Amino acid sequence: MSTAKVAKQTATGLTGNSAVAYAMMQINPDVCGAYPITPSTTVIEEFSSYVADGRVDTGLITVESEHSAMSACIGAASAGARAMSATSSQGLALMWEMLYIASGMRLPIVLCDVNRALSAPINIHCDHSDTMGARDSGWIQLYSETVQEAYDNMIQAVRIAEDKRVQLPIMVCLDGFITSHSIENIELLDDESVQDFVGEYKPERSLLDVDNPLTLGATALQDSYMPLKHQQSNAMKASKEVVIEIGKEFGEVSGRSYGLLEEYDLDDAEVAIVVLSSSAGTVKDAVDKLRAEGKKVGVLRPRLFRPFPHKEIAKALSGKKAVCVLDRADSMDGFGGPLFKDIRAALYADDNRPKIIGRVFGLGGADFNVDNALDVIGETIKLAAGEDVELFRYIGEGQNAQTIAGC
Amino acid sequence: MATLKELAAKEELFTGGHRLCAGCGIPPIVRLILKSTDARIVATTATGCLEVASSIYPYSAWKVPWMHSAFENAAATISGVQTAYEVLKKQDRLPGGDKEIKFVAFGGDGGTYDIGFQALSGALERGHNFLYVCYDNGAYMNTGIQRSSASPQWGNTTTSPAGAVIPGKVQWRKDLTRIVAAHNVPYAAQASPHNWRDLHKKAEKALAINGPTFLNVVSACPLGWYTKGQDSDAHVKYAVETCYWPLYEIEEGVLKVNYKPKNKMPIADWFKMQGRFKHLFKDDEGAAKLVQIQERVDMEWQRLLDLDGMRL
Amino acid sequence: MKECKPLALGGDLPGGCADDYETGSWRKFLPVLDRDKCIDCLICWVQCPDSCIIVEDGKMVGFNFEHCKGCGICDEVCPPKVKAIRMIEEES
Ligand SMILES: Cc1ncc(C[n+]2csc(CCOP(=O)(O)OP(=O)(O)O)c2C)c(N)n1
Ligand code: SF4
Ligand code: SF4
Repeated sequence: MSTAKVAKQTATGLTGNSAVAYAMMQINPDVCGAYPITPSTTVIEEFSSYVADGRVDTGLITVESEHSAMSACIGAASAGARAMSATSSQGLALMWEMLYIASGMRLPIVLCDVNRALSAPINIHCDHSDTMGARDSGWIQLYSETVQEAYDNMIQAVRIAEDKRVQLPIMVCLDGFITSHSIENIELLDDESVQDFVGEYKPERSLLDVDNPLTLGATALQDSYMPLKHQQSNAMKASKEVVIEIGKEFGEVSGRSYGLLEEYDLDDAEVAIVVLSSSAGTVKDAVDKLRAEGKKVGVLRPRLFRPFPHKEIAKALSGKKAVCVLDRADSMDGFGGPLFKDIRAALYADDNRPKIIGRVFGLGGADFNVDNALDVIGETIKLAAGEDVELFRYIGEGQNAQTIAGC
Repeated sequence: MATLKELAAKEELFTGGHRLCAGCGIPPIVRLILKSTDARIVATTATGCLEVASSIYPYSAWKVPWMHSAFENAAATISGVQTAYEVLKKQDRLPGGDKEIKFVAFGGDGGTYDIGFQALSGALERGHNFLYVCYDNGAYMNTGIQRSSASPQWGNTTTSPAGAVIPGKVQWRKDLTRIVAAHNVPYAAQASPHNWRDLHKKAEKALAINGPTFLNVVSACPLGWYTKGQDSDAHVKYAVETCYWPLYEIEEGVLKVNYKPKNKMPIADWFKMQGRFKHLFKDDEGAAKLVQIQERVDMEWQRLLDLDGMRL
Repeated sequence: MKECKPLALGGDLPGGCADDYETGSWRKFLPVLDRDKCIDCLICWVQCPDSCIIVEDGKMVGFNFEHCKGCGICDEVCPPKVKAIRMIEEES
């Protein structure tokens, strides 16, 4: 089905937020609901400049809150428009109610979330508490490791969300400051290729079709709520194949293909670390060091977190001796982070399942460096060797840990 | 302005078969407003009685394109719809071709005065081209008659019950129409469905204006007012005749009182007919409260008369 | 009556199909029109909460009993000098 022609590309250096804003400019959405919050602010600032300079046709709605930003996107998407927004942390938390409504109404909205910790204490730095809190909201979630991937994910997100088999909203996540504010090398597609790739949006229904008046967002009682949720759940399941297809097709255009997971030195690894987003880079550096010493270690980086690619993950980790799942969020349930538990559950039915531990790291931007990664891998190697290792704990808590009671 | 014969000949855009209570005051407001323009209408509604009872799957009473998304965001939702319209229209991408469409958001007093106030204020300030209609029945009726900031002082609601120590809602109601007007919108008005000519005229005016407009319409709720369904029209009339709910408009900053009763009906005469004020008619304390309420109504009415014809 | 068929996605509905839903069974009282008295002012039409007053060629011709909930508003708003509508008890 692909008629992709190879894009002209320009190599440059951009921050994650500039790359996302640039992708949005190239996509040229119909409506954007915008509200500032660190660290995603510069996405909407730069996009506002594109609007002000007439480089896009977008109706920019500078709403009075993120709740209204998502509400406006929901209104616009219901009207058959391509709608987008960007936010972080408290902003996503304030949208929470509307996230469920966007997915329940089957609206293909694209939201960029620049990951940031949730208050309290207030903290502007990276962790994944914000989007992890939205993991059951019926949104597809893609986590980006690099600036390049954030840019590429934005462009693919439009197609994934709008696919007739899907029609669900999608969140593109990138790490606050680490990715959003650091300049990395990036290849940008030409505008025309982006337009060709995303195509014209042809919504299945529109509130503006005044000759065929529709009712959207109706009340559904005991007799109809559940089948509608079932329909939504099926679409979420079906979206996995679409993510794969679009990732491949994007590869044909850009030379950069994407799948559900990235495996790094994983094939013959006995010990594996699972981690999302930018920290995968740090763990890969540590793996390089240990590989040089002949240690069989590898990394699994899920790119798609929702829907959860449980089969693919189980397959990738099956037969490993030990796995450590790094979570940049805590479920606050005494049982570890969300990624850890999902992965543990995914492995349950596998006869060759590895031993598995979970570590929470990097909350509120706490540093996670190669030494931290080496420590974690060291522990996992011990686990593989049959030593007793704690199931779940925090690591790398920062300099003030000694002064804070109970740590 | 159209006659009732002409209005009746126009297509009914809000059908029967909805599940609002018998005698509910909301539907006549909606029906009439939907007939107050020759352009097409696209509407949103905040969660509440109107929304729930008009859209129970798979039956919708709306013959205009209509959506609901949540309680506090009817104005934000319509902002998105209306912005989409402007963008798609410019690019010739409207599904039914280029038709003139008017955008209307409906909300109850809870969804407007309280939880939806921020979204409303934001949408008014941004200047979207839409009409916001608040049907004000003076409480959160859909969840069982809880107080809102529009509830009348000393009225009984389920969260401001007439108790032995605190006899009902302590505070006076929020003057939302004036607050909306303070956004310097081109048109804001108060109306009542019993005076259908006045309401229709105001809706026509609002829908003809390019920019954010606002109608605050009093709406009887037999369930929450403890009144008889057959009297709903009479009760909103009394709201106007007592000057509790003055009919006025603020057009381009100029305030005009649209109706001045020859003999103001005493507030106690109206309150006496409603179960929600029953406790005020039991003892001297209640009687004193009624006197205070009357004084406040008189004061507010006089203040409005003082402003009649003035540029605010 | 047209069929009320829900649409494919997310609970979308075709507009206006509540027309198919019967609320007449709510009624305890039934409005009765005395055509001889009626002056076709149509005030009942504008005030009926259930869009039940049937008007043909500008004339009030009766009630839609599929939807009429018997609230009695039409009776109350009918001008005092006309009183063309009265409510009678619904036979059970
Ligand atoms: C965020 C949120 N809070 C609370 C509710 C519960 N709720 C639904 S409708 C409603 C009251 C609506 O009151 P009002 O706006 O006055 O409209 P009415 O019911 O009187 O028509 C409430 C409290 C909700 N749906 N959403
Ligand atoms: S509770 Fe009141 S407002 Fe709600 S439907 Fe019944 S009469 Fe109407
Ligand atoms: S009784 Fe009520 S519902 Fe029935 S026709 Fe009269 S006003 Fe309408």
